[in-house]
Amino acid sequence: MAGAAAPGTGLGAAGGDGDDSLYPIAVLIDELRNEDVQLRLNSIKKLSTIALALGVERTRTELLPFLTDTIYDEDEVLLALAEQLGNFTGLVGGPDFAHCLLPPLESLATVEETVVRDRAVESLRQISQEHTPVALEVHFVPLVKRLASGDWFTSRTSACGLFSVCYPRASNAVKEEIRQHFRSLCSDDTPMVRRAAASKLGEFAKVLELDSVKSEIVPLFTNLASDEQDSVRLLAVEACVSIAQLLSQDDLEALVMPTLRQAAEDKSWRVRYMVADKFSELQKAVGPKITLNDLIPAFQNLLKDCEAEVRAAAAHKVKELCENLPIEGRETIIMNQILPYIKELVSDMNQHVKSALASVIMGLSTILGKENTIEHLLPLFLAQLKDECPEVRLNIISNLDCVNEVIGIRQLSQSLLPAIVELAKDAKWRVRLAIIEYMPLLAGQLGVEFFDEKLNSLCMAWLVDHVYAIREAATNNLMKLVQKFGTEWAQNTIVPKVLVMADDPNYLHRMTTLFCINALSEACGQEITTKQMLPIVLKMAGDQVANVRFNVAKSLQKIGPILDTNALQGEVRPVLQKLGQDEDMDVKYFAQEAISVMAQRLRKLDLPVKDSEELSAPRADKNHFLSPTVPGDNTRKGPAYQLHVNTRDKLAQLELAERVHFPQSRD
Amino acid sequence: MNHPDESTCGDKADIISTVEFNHTGELLATGDKGGRVVIFQREQESKNQVHRRGEYNVYSTFQSHEPEFDYLKSLEIEEKINKIRWLPQQNAAYFLLSTNDKTVKLWKVSERDKRPEGYNLKDEEGRLRDPATITTLRVPVLRPMDLMVEATPRRVFANAHTYHINSISVNSDYETYMSADDLRINLWNFEITNQSFNIVDIKPANMEELTEVITAAEFHPHHCNTFVYSSSKGTIRLCDMRASALCDRHTKFFEEPEDPSNRSFFSEIISSISDVKFSHSGRYIMTRDYLTVKVWDLNMENRPIETYQVHDYLRSKLCSLYENDCIFDKFECVWNGSDSVIMTGSYNNFFRMFDRNTKRDVTLEASRENSKPRAILKPRKVCVGGKRRKDEISVDSLDFSKKILHTAWHPSENIIAVAATNNLYIFQDKVN
Repeated sequence: MAGAAAPGTGLGAAGGDGDDSLYPIAVLIDELRNEDVQLRLNSIKKLSTIALALGVERTRTELLPFLTDTIYDEDEVLLALAEQLGNFTGLVGGPDFAHCLLPPLESLATVEETVVRDRAVESLRQISQEHTPVALEVHFVPLVKRLASGDWFTSRTSACGLFSVCYPRASNAVKEEIRQHFRSLCSDDTPMVRRAAASKLGEFAKVLELDSVKSEIVPLFTNLASDEQDSVRLLAVEACVSIAQLLSQDDLEALVMPTLRQAAEDKSWRVRYMVADKFSELQKAVGPKITLNDLIPAFQNLLKDCEAEVRAAAAHKVKELCENLPIEGRETIIMNQILPYIKELVSDMNQHVKSALASVIMGLSTILGKENTIEHLLPLFLAQLKDECPEVRLNIISNLDCVNEVIGIRQLSQSLLPAIVELAKDAKWRVRLAIIEYMPLLAGQLGVEFFDEKLNSLCMAWLVDHVYAIREAATNNLMKLVQKFGTEWAQNTIVPKVLVMADDPNYLHRMTTLFCINALSEACGQEITTKQMLPIVLKMAGDQVANVRFNVAKSLQKIGPILDTNALQGEVRPVLQKLGQDEDMDVKYFAQEAISVMAQRLRKLDLPVKDSEELSAPRADKNHFLSPTVPGDNTRKGPAYQLHVNTRDKLAQLELAERVHFPQSRD
Repeated sequence: MNHPDESTCGDKADIISTVEFNHTGELLATGDKGGRVVIFQREQESKNQVHRRGEYNVYSTFQSHEPEFDYLKSLEIEEKINKIRWLPQQNAAYFLLSTNDKTVKLWKVSERDKRPEGYNLKDEEGRLRDPATITTLRVPVLRPMDLMVEATPRRVFANAHTYHINSISVNSDYETYMSADDLRINLWNFEITNQSFNIVDIKPANMEELTEVITAAEFHPHHCNTFVYSSSKGTIRLCDMRASALCDRHTKFFEEPEDPSNRSFFSEIISSISDVKFSHSGRYIMTRDYLTVKVWDLNMENRPIETYQVHDYLRSKLCSLYENDCIFDKFECVWNGSDSVIMTGSYNNFFRMFDRNTKRDVTLEASRENSKPRAILKPRKVCVGGKRRKDEISVDSLDFSKKILHTAWHPSENIIAVAATNNLYIFQDKVN
């Protein structure tokens, strides 16, 4: 803490007769109003330290009044302050004095910034629990009333979140007043306040007596659900979930369902969207009987809504809806009442709708079982796998495992494999990437023969993909395949092909050989590494492209532990020493690093090492060529730049590593 | 009418580009070509100074936008404030949106009248104390100080417009607003700056097929789902956001059939709508084209219910107005608080008012030469052909460089603000 103390003051804390322990606190207090936001924030976060030093008395009489008026600050400072005050009861003298915290939080509850206000309300709710019932009525309830009848709508919106915490512990007379205040906020002039009331309606209903729920909350709910502003109506849908849980089936049918039915057919798509979005919660809240009678027909309508956003939201809920249906009769309901609508959606006009469906449709196979899946769902999966929109295809592929469990990989491979092979050559690299990630899974279940026949050539083709992310993934994929199929398979099918690329005219492909060796050496073991891979790596040390050379150094460092000491001493070391004298500073750097790592290992084995060979360079990130750098990550001591462009290498190409994403939905 | 306020400066950056009263009329904001926003506050009423009733004084001045350069498109982005819109007041501070061609900003204008006093490590004069002498802790105390008005940028809504923003409008739900450029309209949430929803897009797949652009857009004052936008073809579309997320298809389409007898080379240019405004009641919309102001009933799409000639005498001069580019001037129009009078600008520092009930109209002039503080404005007349009477001004001697494009009307009282190039005039009803 003292480390942060006013750098540049030129004064030490030690010495003199002053109280040493006060100095850091004095700094913290002064920095409460420092010009620098970061220092203010730092001080606010240590507010408890300040309060502890001041003692409860001075905290109440001096610190809190000061903080009450500090509402001009930046949002992040106010946010931290609101958060701190929620845990401050002990520091102002315990529950008897909890009310002292109300004034600063009250002023924070009126600022315009929603996050700050919400945090202040959250802290007020925390503190309310620490009030005695008497203090609650003397201090807390008046605060809630003040906020509820405030001039500005920020204070009234904050009030909405406080009713439910003081209601259960209030006396009957006060309860009546609280309900009255809540009622008036539900019909406030400004939509902001009505929205806040609507969003807290469910929470408030839960703490009310059942009679009041029926006599007061339900009418409020009905009103809000027919508000002229659709932004208010849509929040009533959420309240519906909580209210429905409190009522009996009969009351539900009579009091809530008419409103819910109306919401599902609201003129505004945003309200219908909300119904679709909250469908699972609604389904659980109203129970199986009403679900079958009311919600299923409503859901069918949402699935064929005229607005794509609504259809997409409903499509997202298909699986959850089906899962939550009562097991008895579930299959029939899905087959007869849901599936026909899903079939329509597969060929929807809008790609978001199709994509939403694709992300959940595979989950239906576990619910419907093998035969239905093969007969009814597979054609849909196939159609989606061939969809023109890559996201749809991607969503299907990412969920292959659920289908795999149900119908088995053989069936899956016959029906879906051709489509997958096609996607492996897709023009969009993200699609290819997703396919690669599924290869080990597919390979493991299809077996070596099948794999060699159908998929092996794909895996090798990815190694020379023009996108780095694909090549990288292909390399890792090879490693996983070797783990599955064993070293013999690797030696016969993979390694020769990888090593051939070492002579490729494109330096990127030559480097891929090195990356593959890095990934495969461990899985392949000492023999293959020493006999087949090492000679190639060593040969590449004479490459004309510096990038290749320093990756040779990195590779040697990487495969060093697998090699025996003879190979290290006799073959690796001379090459590294030569690279250590390279004209390129990066090559030099990585070679020296590799030497030092190797030297450590040799020393452990009690082999003689010349001290001069050992450098103090820390072990660098193993594979950080072109790997994304984390901003602010300076732990690496490597060179600042790494991309060498060799003008003679005509095949060098720039890659788009990340699609640029713009906030606008259309362009 | 009286004439109390004005400010003058010869600089181009001082040319006022927008004027807007807040919802109570207590504040008046202006934006200028130099990217500045100036806020005027109405002087508190006092019993013994009745004549000073409508005086507005500078409350806060701040630089809202700076000139920028778009390196990707090699385009300069002007700092000029195209529009200002006030938000409904939510706490003691005031909030407004200001926009230039590309970026909308949300500003908070707030007062501060206290400041903290007392340090532990410094004494009253700011000299450092020896830490050895610190034996007690001091908590700062807030003391009153002179009122300070601060403007702080709260949100920056950028990177959503490829073309120039011509309008911004706050929704009656208090949580969203829209921004319109030549081809698209975006919907924003006040809390979210990194995402907006495109609700209208009239950009054709092939830009050579482009036949019209969006010229202005506004939300309905009460119905949060309804908005209108006007086009360069003289039409207005009303959209309902409840119907679908994308409002490319309109709900209503307001268009007046063209009078074939008036058809000329300039017909299309002068029918372009430069401003569209809902009446306070929400029942009517008013549009301004080059020569007229029209009032439309929301329930009648095939023709306006009222058409007012702003300066019909220019019809014979369209050729020279085309040559000096004046024909592309974008005049705005405003309603008075009760929707009974409308006001819009013209050339030669003239502005026009039309009383919708009595059908009387008046031409007034905002100029320093012709009006002294608290003097009553004299109606002006432009003579059309024939003999010029005394007090009349001939069409040929109108000064087309002095144009009144931006005006504002107090939401409830007869106080108007008129921007005449770099002068702001505030007029009000004669006191008793």
